[in-house]
Amino acid sequence: MKILYFAWLRQRIGTDTEEFVLPNEIQTVEDLINWLITRGPGYSDAFAKPEVIRAAVNLEYVNFDHSLKNEDEVAFFPPVTGG
Amino acid sequence: MIKVQKEDFDISKEIEALASSDGSIGAVSSFVGLVRDQDSREVSAEALKSITLEHYPAMTEKKLLEIEIKAKSRWNIKSSIIIHRYGRLEPGEKIVFVACASKHRQDAFDACNFLMDWLKTEAPFWKLEESQSRKNWVKKRESDDKAAERWK
Repeated sequence: MKILYFAWLRQRIGTDTEEFVLPNEIQTVEDLINWLITRGPGYSDAFAKPEVIRAAVNLEYVNFDHSLKNEDEVAFFPPVTGG
Repeated sequence: MIKVQKEDFDISKEIEALASSDGSIGAVSSFVGLVRDQDSREVSAEALKSITLEHYPAMTEKKLLEIEIKAKSRWNIKSSIIIHRYGRLEPGEKIVFVACASKHRQDAFDACNFLMDWLKTEAPFWKLEESQSRKNWVKKRESDDKAAERWK
């Protein structure tokens, strides 16, 4: 699985991309966030308020109950502020 | 047409190209978004030095194309263009340009308005503001969500 982070999530986590094999117990985006939080203070800080974070899987916005597959590209980012 | 680029662009050339793309075009409506000279904090705003726009390239392209197709299915648009810049921009610089061409003006006005409202809430761009004393990620505005809601 490939995970991308943008804006302040990228800054808090300290990287913009990472790749790993999806652990079996992770079924949904929410499971993934709960697992990422255990990986260090940068992650727990970035995901401290999950309600303000948006997730995309394979370039589409998804809800946190969305099911994940190992070949997915997942992105986490704050609400968008372009334009 | 979608262009996501670092470079500046020439508004008059873009409008000319759009206007001359089809003989049946009788109206062109456009919007230009600029970098303001103050940061976005409501209280204690201070002079802004720059903004840096970050984006998610693959998704930006996809979302902008989708938004454009949506506008074309809803209004009688002959041609349209969205240009959005990324990277570091200073006050006064152009950030975004949207233009729509149609036979009569109402389609062009409405489609242009719709494209900007959707772009604001759907296109994956983020602004980092830099003022004298701090760097600050721009926060989402509730009014942008409301503006996009009215097209649903």
